[in-house]
This record gives sequence, C-alpha cells and structure tokens, in this order.
Amino acid sequence: MATTTTTEAATEVAHGAAKAGMPQLDPTHFANQIFWLVVTLLVIFFVLKLVALPRIGGTLATRRGTIVNDLAAAEELKQKVVAAEKAYNDALVAARAEAGKIVTAAKADIQADLNKAIAKADVEISAKAAESAGRIDEIRAGAQDAIAEVAKDTAKELVAALGGKADARSITAAVTARLKG
Amino acid sequence: MKRKTDVAAEAQEGGLSFHPLQQFEVHPLFGDGPIHWYTITNATVWLLLAALAVIFFFAYGSAGRKLVPSRLQSIGEMGYDFVHNMVVDVTGEDGAKYFPMVMTLFLTIVFSNMLGLLPGSFSPTSHIAVTAVMGVGVFLFVTLLGFWKHGLHFLGLFWMKDAPLILRPIIALIELISYFVRPVSHSIRLAGNIMAGHAVMKVFAAFAPMILISGIGVLVTPVSVLAITAIYALEVLVAFIQAYVFTILTCVYLKDALHPSH
Repeated sequence: MATTTTTEAATEVAHGAAKAGMPQLDPTHFANQIFWLVVTLLVIFFVLKLVALPRIGGTLATRRGTIVNDLAAAEELKQKVVAAEKAYNDALVAARAEAGKIVTAAKADIQADLNKAIAKADVEISAKAAESAGRIDEIRAGAQDAIAEVAKDTAKELVAALGGKADARSITAAVTARLKG
Repeated sequence: MKRKTDVAAEAQEGGLSFHPLQQFEVHPLFGDGPIHWYTITNATVWLLLAALAVIFFFAYGSAGRKLVPSRLQSIGEMGYDFVHNMVVDVTGEDGAKYFPMVMTLFLTIVFSNMLGLLPGSFSPTSHIAVTAVMGVGVFLFVTLLGFWKHGLHFLGLFWMKDAPLILRPIIALIELISYFVRPVSHSIRLAGNIMAGHAVMKVFAAFAPMILISGIGVLVTPVSVLAITAIYALEVLVAFIQAYVFTILTCVYLKDALHPSH
C-alpha cells in the first residue's frame, strides 16, 4: 500500500512537471498510448487485410474485367457494323449496276422497236404517197378530159347561140389549141 | 482537480487564458486515477474512433461490391487506389505484398489527423509516443527486411559504387548517420506538424474573447476568428499531407530494403 502511494506520488510529481511543459513529454502515459496504438494498428490491419482490401481489390478487378469485356464487345459490334455497312454498300452498287444494265437493254429494245416501226411507217407512207400521186394524176387527167369536153360543148353552144355554124372538128381543134395554150 | 481550479483562477486574473497545450493532455476517461497501460483515456477513444472510421469506410462501405460504386464505396476504392499506386510506383511490383501494412499506417494517421480536427477532440498523432512507435516500427521492419532479403548485401545501401573510391567511406558514414536519423525525423515530423497546427489554433482561440474584456477586442476578435478559420483550412491540408508524407517515406524506406543497390 505504501509503495503504491509512493508510486502515485512520484507519478503525480512527474505529471506536474510535464504539465508545466508539453504533455507529450510526460512519460507516465507512454505505456498506455503505445498499448492502445498497437491495439488500434492491429485492429485496422486485420480488418483491412482480412476483409476490406480483398473485397475492394476484388471489386476493382471485377470492374476492370467488365470494362475490358464491354470494350471488346463494343469493338466487335463496331466491326460488325462496318461489315454490315460494307455489305449494304456493295449490294447498293450491284443493284445500281444491274439497274443500269436493265435500263440500257430496255433503251436498246425500245430503239429497235422504234426503228422497225419508223421503217414500216416510212414504207407505208411512201406506198400511200405513191398511190395518192397515182390517184391525183388520174383525177387530174379525168379533170382535163372533162374540162375539154365541157369547153367543146360550151364553145359549140356559144357558136350556135351566136348564130354561127361550126363543124365539130374545127371547134374541137380550136378548144384543144386553147386548152394547150 | 486542483489543477483545473488553478486554470480557472488564472483565467479570471489575466482575463485571457492561454493554455495552447492543454488540449494534448491525456487523462482517464472514467474517474481521475493514475493512467495504467490498460486505462481507457481520451487518447484511446480517439484512436479507437479512427479504427471505427476505417471499419465504416473500408469494410462496411465496400460490402456492396457494386460495379457502379455508391459514394461510400467510392471513398474506399479511391483510398485503395491511392495507396496501392503509391506502393507500386515507389517500391515496384514486389512491394505490393506490403500494401496492407502501408495502408494500415496511412489510414490510422489520416483518420487520427482528421478526427483530431473536430472541435474538442484529441489528436493521437500529436503525441510523439504514438508517432515514434510507428516511425521506429517502420525503421525496424525495413531494416530487418533488408537484412533478411539481402543479407550483408543490404549494407550496399551505404556503399556508393558510383562515387570516387576515396569519398566512399565518408559518404558511407554520412549515409549511415542519415539512416539512423530516419525514424527520428519520420516520427517528429508528423507529431510536430499536428501539434504546432493545433497549438496555433488554440492561441488564436484564446484571443477571440477579447471583445468581452477590452475595447481593442473590436479589432482583435474578428481577426482571430478569421485566423482560426484560415489555420483550420490549412490544418485540413496538413492533416492529409502529413499522412501522405509519412506513407510515402515508408514506401521509400521499403524500396531501399527491397532494392538496396541504388
């Protein structure tokens, strides 16, 4: 009991000395601080080592893996898109070429048909024109004859009406001469 | 108890109370007895709160294992990536197995520092006893690891092969001294930074009630409040940077142990 009191008294003295200066230099509580610091460090160390760090490390690794995988998938999809676009463009070019061919062929067909039709029409037109020319000539000849006839008759009648006497032959000759002139 | 009345008396006498170091005092949480090695003190509470914060952010926060992380999960993952990259960048791939150890140090320090910034709290990292245990611990670990991995070749760390032969013993001596200074600077840097920042804030805080005492307070009080705000912002930065510095130095020492030939 006596020793305890002396120790406490000594502690109190040391305490007082330190209180005058920096509490940090008071050795009476060094053991206490060191003990609790070691406890704290051990608690934190084992919590980190056994629970927190593996967990966080695992989460980070998983996330990194997911990101890498997603990027790879995105890259793959991008390749697919490029391929699909290329296929689409190829198909478009092919279709255009095909369409061009069809248009050219159709144009050629139409031209051929047209040429044939024109030629046929030309032939028909020329035939019709020749026929018409014949008809016109015929009509014209007919008209000439009719005119000559009418002129002779009219001339005869006129001569007769004027009191002359004319023979058919001289009148005809005269009218013919006149018609020619 | 007696001391507290002294403080009160001084405060009444002088008007302002300057006790910037009072915040670093360790006292038992329950009762007023002596501090045994197992006694739960205010320092213990804030260290254990740091441990709880680590459990909350890193163990509880990561439990979802979501592919698209929640905000809480993001914090854990950012911390993981931050320290993991630091370890791998500095020590190389073979240092990755010491990542949990380095992460433990970083998180203990960063959470102690940050929680220590809460008003009325206690900063375990402002105590040299705490930082020295970590600094010396790292020093011993790294030195033993170096000898265990490389045997006596580890001493090649001190023998500069690209220096002129005459200079090599001198450089070796300097290197040896600087090697043994490492744990000292390593731990005092952290404790000193945290302590200084908190003490400065307390000094400004002591000036803040000046307006209740004297006319000059009209000027002093706003200035000290602004100064506390500015120092507090700086301290948030320091809290993180000192944790970072401690951690990256640990990585550098680890690299020396793993690859002693420069």
